[in-house]
Amino acid sequence: MAINETQRPDIDRIPVNMTVNGRTVTDNLPPELTLLDFLRDWLGLKGAKRSCDLQVCGACTVLVNGKAVSSCTFLAFEARNAEVTTIEGLAQGGELHPLQQSFIDNAAFQCGFCTPGMIMAAKSLLDQTPHPNEEEIRIYMKGNICRCTGYKKIVEAIGGAGSRTGTSG
Amino acid sequence: MLRPFKLHEPTSVDDAVSLLGRFGEEAKVYCGGTELLLAMKEGLLRYSHLVNIKTIPGLDEVGYDQGSGLLTIGATVTHTALEHSPQIQSHFPMIAEAEGNVANVRVRNVGTIGGNLCFSEPHSDPGAFLLLFDTQVEIQGSGGQRTIPLAELTLGPFETCLEDDEVLTTILVPQLPQGMTGAYLKFGYHARPTLGVGVSVRLDPTSSDGQGTERAVVAEVRVAVGSAGPKAVRVAEAEQLLMGKTVAELLPGLNGGESSTMDEAGRMAGQAADAMEDIHGSAEYKEHMIGVFLKRAFVKAIKNRQPTSQSPLS
Repeated sequence: MAINETQRPDIDRIPVNMTVNGRTVTDNLPPELTLLDFLRDWLGLKGAKRSCDLQVCGACTVLVNGKAVSSCTFLAFEARNAEVTTIEGLAQGGELHPLQQSFIDNAAFQCGFCTPGMIMAAKSLLDQTPHPNEEEIRIYMKGNICRCTGYKKIVEAIGGAGSRTGTSG
Repeated sequence: MLRPFKLHEPTSVDDAVSLLGRFGEEAKVYCGGTELLLAMKEGLLRYSHLVNIKTIPGLDEVGYDQGSGLLTIGATVTHTALEHSPQIQSHFPMIAEAEGNVANVRVRNVGTIGGNLCFSEPHSDPGAFLLLFDTQVEIQGSGGQRTIPLAELTLGPFETCLEDDEVLTTILVPQLPQGMTGAYLKFGYHARPTLGVGVSVRLDPTSSDGQGTERAVVAEVRVAVGSAGPKAVRVAEAEQLLMGKTVAELLPGLNGGESSTMDEAGRMAGQAADAMEDIHGSAEYKEHMIGVFLKRAFVKAIKNRQPTSQSPLS
């Protein structure tokens, strides 16, 4: 018994409440809306990037309740009642997050397209392992791809941020 | 771009089953979505209805019965939860390690074990390493509940024996026999394993006669291969061949030496994998690499035993 829905009635939207970078967001979302489209097109937060769209490259990485997810393939409604953190939420009071500063200090990017995802993934690593060694960094970050630099400076930046701050904020 | 669908969020397995029965082929279980949503985005699969079973209480739990040694994993448990489960870390360390190496951290945080098994993507690790444990799965549908071996769940690439209205609810993993240890090794590029080989082995504790691991006899061994072919399989032929052989015979000179028996077992495993040629290599290449990894996994499985005195492998 096929159900053909040519037009979606509003009733099929899902009411959600979430926190995005500390700001409360309440809306009714179509179930098929991805978190990446919600962040970029509905909220205007363009930090998370669409690249592979297949959860392989990590450019769209954001944190949901502290856990790294590929927002390109994560349905927005699944962030209901959750705390979403994007690259835009890291700097506090005009001061860069230690990871951001460390990426600058180590010149850990060239084109910068992968950087927001790299930093968000690194934040989730440092939140659970404040002082990772190089191997731990490389294993954790293997799902984030950079096509410009190679990974040496990125690994150094993350290691530097870990040893400088202990935990990240 | 995902096409619009209607989302259903049942609060019981019975409700999920009746929704699936009502919408038939128009509906699919949504249990993490890391694979399903990709296929839907690409237009390879189209569903008007997704039934989210992650809202069903209890399906996200891991339980371990000390007495029977049975591990029960709910279908909606994520790979990350398996990796970090204290029960799995202490009683099934091989599973914790292998789960921590599935895809990448973002997929592990969202993807679930039930979703992974039911999607039956051939390039997948859990479907292979769980075969080492004689794993069974509980399935619920309009016809009632049934329990089948995991080996019978997957029919081929992206195809299971589940009826349209059936939900895989629980994965039952019995403990390995006393003294048996295992290892799972994979080989591949980024998130996609080209091949995976699991070995679990029990050495006869009396056979070594206090003269170290090399003289010990393989009392029981299990071999599973996955990712290279249409579905993960156990390789009974290779298991029979390895049985009763001494470690020295299988691994002369330990890591470096040649063994025609081990080579033959590797050839059998490669053949059983039914490897398919793709961008990551020819079938012949993958079959050869399965042999290489069988040997490595065998060595690692032995090393994973509780350390014994003077054992060169411990």
